[in-house]
Amino acid sequence: MSTPPPTPPTNGWRTWGGILLVPVLAIFTALVIGAIIIVATGADVLAAYGGLFMGAIGSPRAIAYTLVEATPYVFGGLAVLIGFRAGLFNIGVEGQIAVGSMCAVIVGAFVSLPPGLHAVVAFIAGALGGALWGAIPGWLRARTGAHEVITTIMFNYIAIRSTDYLIKVPFLDKESSSQRTPFIAEGAHLPFLFGPDYRLHAGFLIALVAAVATAWILKRTIIGFEIKTTGANPDAAHYAGMNVPRTIILTMALSGLMAGMAGASQVLGLEHNLKASFSAGYGFDSIAIALLAASNPIGVIPAAMFWGALRNGAGLMQLNSGISINLINIVQALVIAFVAADQIVRQIYRIRSARSAGVTLSRGWGR
Amino acid sequence: MPPVLEVRNLTKRFPGITATDAVNFTLEAGEIHAFLGENGAGKSTLMNMLYGLYRPDEGQILLNGQVVQINGANDAIKRGLGMVHQHFMLVPTLTVTENIILGNEVVNGLLIDIASAQQRIRTLAQTFGLDIPVDALIHDLPVGVQQRVEIIKALYRGADILILDEPTAVLTPQEADDLFVVIKRLKAQGKSIIFISHKLREVLALADRISVLRRGKLVGDTTPALADEAKLASMMVGRDVVLHIEKSPATPGEVVLDISHLQVADERGNIAVSDVSLQIRRGEIVGIAGVQGNGQTELVAAVTGLINPLRGTIVVAGADITGQGTNRAIAAGMGHIPEDRQQHGLVLSYSIADNMVLSTYDIAPFAKGLIINEAAIAAQATTLVQRFDVRTGSIDALASTLSGGNQQKVVVARELARPLNLLVAAQPTRGLDVGSIEFIHKSIVAERDNGTGVLLVSAELDEILALADRILVMYRGQVIAEVAGADADRNQIGLLMAGITPTGAEA
Ligand SMILES: Nc1ncnc2c1ncn2[C@@H]1O[C@H](COP(=O)(O)OP(=O)(O)OP(=O)(O)O)[C@@H](O)[C@H]1O
Ligand SMILES: [Mg+2]
Repeated sequence: MSTPPPTPPTNGWRTWGGILLVPVLAIFTALVIGAIIIVATGADVLAAYGGLFMGAIGSPRAIAYTLVEATPYVFGGLAVLIGFRAGLFNIGVEGQIAVGSMCAVIVGAFVSLPPGLHAVVAFIAGALGGALWGAIPGWLRARTGAHEVITTIMFNYIAIRSTDYLIKVPFLDKESSSQRTPFIAEGAHLPFLFGPDYRLHAGFLIALVAAVATAWILKRTIIGFEIKTTGANPDAAHYAGMNVPRTIILTMALSGLMAGMAGASQVLGLEHNLKASFSAGYGFDSIAIALLAASNPIGVIPAAMFWGALRNGAGLMQLNSGISINLINIVQALVIAFVAADQIVRQIYRIRSARSAGVTLSRGWGR
Repeated sequence: MPPVLEVRNLTKRFPGITATDAVNFTLEAGEIHAFLGENGAGKSTLMNMLYGLYRPDEGQILLNGQVVQINGANDAIKRGLGMVHQHFMLVPTLTVTENIILGNEVVNGLLIDIASAQQRIRTLAQTFGLDIPVDALIHDLPVGVQQRVEIIKALYRGADILILDEPTAVLTPQEADDLFVVIKRLKAQGKSIIFISHKLREVLALADRISVLRRGKLVGDTTPALADEAKLASMMVGRDVVLHIEKSPATPGEVVLDISHLQVADERGNIAVSDVSLQIRRGEIVGIAGVQGNGQTELVAAVTGLINPLRGTIVVAGADITGQGTNRAIAAGMGHIPEDRQQHGLVLSYSIADNMVLSTYDIAPFAKGLIINEAAIAAQATTLVQRFDVRTGSIDALASTLSGGNQQKVVVARELARPLNLLVAAQPTRGLDVGSIEFIHKSIVAERDNGTGVLLVSAELDEILALADRILVMYRGQVIAEVAGADADRNQIGLLMAGITPTGAEA
């Protein structure tokens, strides 16, 4: 036998290449499996994926629509991610979006303010509504220990049913035949960036700013330090004199703030009113976005764009190949399964896991 | 006959550091081979390579004269190696038997044959004098017993070579004595043992041969007959070490900690501290001696604001901080070196630099308003790493990559870095090498001379005797005696710790 070969350096995985590798391979693998499914149903893979591609980014307008689709996912992904960083699992993004949309539409449609300022105030109202709706489960967790997973799920029901009621009864547009609120005032619209044809509105820019701001808060501020410490070792945070309960509440409020902005941006930038049972499942897909982004705030942007592209391209894919839009849901689900179970991807592509050095095994006094 | 284990030119590099540098040694059958070395010298890294957890960058490992490549712990176990890590790898919610057979179950059809496994465990336990309750749950057992379970687990899997990495660091003196009996029994049965410790006395009492590592290199080989504590210490550190520190008599000033009628419950709600009143003045070190589990942990937790006492008051530098949390305690000028550095003292996934500001991140110069000043944090870390001689490649290295003793130095450095009124130090030198102990002891005395009051809790009677100006003995939640540090007598305090007061009556 000969001497063992030198161990390859394992710290390289901490670089960007290492961070991107697994998500990219997960997407690739999911698309391959999607292709197999398409073949199995007897359809034409090229036509299907060609359609998906063209529909998503085949023209300036397609790109704009993809970004429109991506916008709420950026906010939602950030909301989930902020919770992750503090060790909290906010499943309540859906409900926080509902509350945020409702607050924005109430201010946008039922309050009169000078144009422009109106949009700002309505947007802030939506953001704060979401923040409050997030802060309550945070408060329950901090004061009573009630787990946020349970309470945020419950708060989703409360939020979704109550907004539904508000839309159908007190804030119903009686002039309209459908069950929806009145349109918000022109002056409360978030402006379109390239005119109404492209639909891309200022909410997208706000989302980009929110991602950068989140990265900055987490990296450069004492609040971010408290959030990360609470997530990494709450005992040490407590010993070091940090106010862990306050941090939990603040984190959930920040998380809800992002979700509230998702709702406000949809209402003020795109929909301009709220329809009964309007939920599009943004809250739950947001968990997927945060996972895909590997909890990196900037990573949320490409992750959300990918998500938006799939949704936006699905229509043309169906038109070109007759494949059901549901295939897109399958591909999305596969991507998440592979990202969540990243060991599978590492196995398939024989990537050495960053943990293989046995680092965690040998902790203790006697390292 | 070839040695059971031989290591040739074994080298392991980590970013910025050569953890072991062309190390050679042999282990004979039936030998107890001790390894000494400063914190970060590379002892654990060497053992982790033997146990297949790290791959060597260079060099060879030979078992019974054969060159082998050890691929992971399972492979090591198959080849007859067993390792007891300092941090046990037991599943707390399973029983002793389940833990021992985990991954190595005897199956009878589809069912695990618990009965025959237990029979084997009992035989092993008897042969080696390892007394364990086979049906108890791990989390109900004291540390010393958990360690015996780890040893039996290794023997159960057929270990002939047993690696014990700092087995005594968390044991009480009594538990350590029990462990030594077991180790001698293992040796008598022909097992070969590698034993790592920072306690020179233990090494001299137990080892057949002693190897000393310094900065990754093997710098010496000796036997207990040829060495004494002073010689070993200077071999390790590369200079003479003062084993007994010099300190001037205390000049106590005003009262800085005033505890009156404190009553504290433990996690389970039992009264752990029943009625303690004590005062500490500026410029004195008060040591709490006592067998572990007599209320010291809870006393410290209450003083530092971690838990609310049931009754009584705690006043620090004139401010009543009773039940007001850790932040208030820190604001009153308290520093705290917690007993469990990994769980409570450090964020292992943070860099050294971030760990150095864990309780000062929000004040100048580390923060301006809400904004963190990374340059100031880095500068502080650079200074402290140098002053406290933390062995690391970089201040950006994660705390998890530091050796155990260097992790402890990070905690101590952080707590001593800011101006203090009161320092609460629980087991401040656990797991440290003699050179670092000397340094930390000097730092604590210097802190005292600066006018800080010090509350010292330690399981090491030697540490209390070396440092304390006054010694309080705790027994069953009460302070049963006070002895002046200068005329303290080891035996007398030992008796007091067992609850036997000079009047002859049990307290
Ligand atoms: N996984 C790792 N990554 C980077 N550096 C490491 C890693 N493990 C150990 N080191 C470094 O290697 C050196 C040797 O560490 P090791 O844990 O072997 O020391 P030790 O002799 O066991 O010290 P102690 O007595 O404090 O336990 C240290 O400088 C440590 O920081
Ligand atoms: Mg070690």
